[in-house]
Amino acid sequence: MNGKALPYLLLMPATLFLCIFFLYPFVLVAFEAVTRDGVFTLDNFRTMAASWKFPATVRNTLLLAAIVVPIQLAMALLMASVVSRLETGRSAALYIFAIPLGISDLAAGLIWLAIFDQSGFLNTLLSGLGIVDRPIMFLGYQSKLTIFIAVVLAEIWRATAIMMVILVAGMGLIPKEYYEAAEVFGAGPWKRFMRITLPLLRPSLQTAIILRVILAFEVFAVVAALGGTNLPVLMGETYNWQFTLQDRNVAAASALLILAMSIGFTLFFLRVLRVPKEARI
Amino acid sequence: MSTVAETSAAATTDARKAGDWLLVATALLLCIWVLLPIYLLIINALSSPQDVTGFPKRFFPSFDLGSLAFFINFAGVARALWNSVLVATLTMILSIGFGAPAGYALSRFDFPGKGVFRFLVLMTRAFPLPLLALPLAVMFIRTGLDDTALGLALVHTTLALPFAVLITFSLFSGIPVELEEAAWTLGCTRWQAFRKVILPLALPGIAASAVFAFTISWNEVFAAAVLTIENRTLTAFLLQSLGESPLYLKFAGGAALVVPALIFIFAVRKYLFAMWGIANR
Repeated sequence: MNGKALPYLLLMPATLFLCIFFLYPFVLVAFEAVTRDGVFTLDNFRTMAASWKFPATVRNTLLLAAIVVPIQLAMALLMASVVSRLETGRSAALYIFAIPLGISDLAAGLIWLAIFDQSGFLNTLLSGLGIVDRPIMFLGYQSKLTIFIAVVLAEIWRATAIMMVILVAGMGLIPKEYYEAAEVFGAGPWKRFMRITLPLLRPSLQTAIILRVILAFEVFAVVAALGGTNLPVLMGETYNWQFTLQDRNVAAASALLILAMSIGFTLFFLRVLRVPKEARI
Repeated sequence: MSTVAETSAAATTDARKAGDWLLVATALLLCIWVLLPIYLLIINALSSPQDVTGFPKRFFPSFDLGSLAFFINFAGVARALWNSVLVATLTMILSIGFGAPAGYALSRFDFPGKGVFRFLVLMTRAFPLPLLALPLAVMFIRTGLDDTALGLALVHTTLALPFAVLITFSLFSGIPVELEEAAWTLGCTRWQAFRKVILPLALPGIAASAVFAFTISWNEVFAAAVLTIENRTLTAFLLQSLGESPLYLKFAGGAALVVPALIFIFAVRKYLFAMWGIANR
């Protein structure tokens, strides 16, 4: 076999697949969003924006990401630091911290439903401690705030693992000598973390934040399980346009909005957390 | 003089001990944070329907299989379970079948266009991929793939393929090319060398990334809910019955989603960090 052609032959199936099922649908969704019955129009976006739910939808999605991602970043850093300093039980702790990585967002929503439901474990605890007389309805249509809090907790619980794993891998790449040198010069643990770990972790931080923000815009099943339609988010509304309201074009417009937000934030974080080529390890 | 040195040494060991305590306590607390919610779901899944809807809750399961029996016998559940397994298996085969050759090519050859392919793979990360199910729904209706396991598996493969490519790339990169060259000089053809020398070494890692692909598909909700109507997967079935199904059905379903995922993650735990660490470079 011709040696030059071999790599291309090996790459061909994956490339063709990604062209047909990744690039092409991407073009298709953009096309569907700006046309109706084959005619160019921006009506789909107008219909989407004119829906009475739309402002709340955008607000909820952005607010969720803005609250969840920083907390997750802090928790993931804490988990990664704990794991990297633990001497006994390191691999057990790693496995346990990583468990939510394998859990579906729908299952995560159901797990937190078991806690926040009116007959759930939180109410059992509260009434057991004598704090409340009757079980509180945390997830009713009138309690948007508690639904929001439940979703925030479920999201933090579910998706911190993905950041933690990336950060653990990144911390493993930082040379031990830097820490030893810093210790010789009298830097305490906090200073070492701020001056060595954080700056050298920047590439991993960048990846973790970008991945997490994109996932945060995709939040869907957790919200569906906990709040039903009481807490509208972008992905849920997209699903509604497609399924309940049977309007593909508006669904495509809504999908394009999520895509645009994801790409916008990706570019933003690529720029803000840019790592100069010389500074890489 | 020596007493001063001793007391300061004692103070540092004390500080170190306190630090160790804090570390272990933090690790334990974080483990409880991850495990407790899962435990609460399992309690519900292993309790009778009356216990699940009752109040107050007990913090130990009654080991009644009523909820699970109701779940398994509920119309459509057995079929949904079967569909989930089928779609996940197809996804696994497709993503390894397309991904592993590409990973091998990336690790062994330098050729023009390598950068473009890597970029294409990495780009999939910046997109909320489940959204691409929307335009594909139309394409599938035209090609007869709508509402089939294969159609959904193709979408799930776009999610799993980038991982498969990057993981197998790192796997093959970890196997010295000299081993292969030695086999060639001993008269093996390229294919024989791959099959007899490289493949046995890479097989455990390939199996791990196959399990990972299976888990991605098993857990996916949005695309599954958009693309399947009659042949719903378990996630799609649970999502669409959230509104009307009783609590014990939801929790038993949640447990049915979580338990296999726990086993999968346990099976690939050794590779988890290598995968994510390298998959995000």
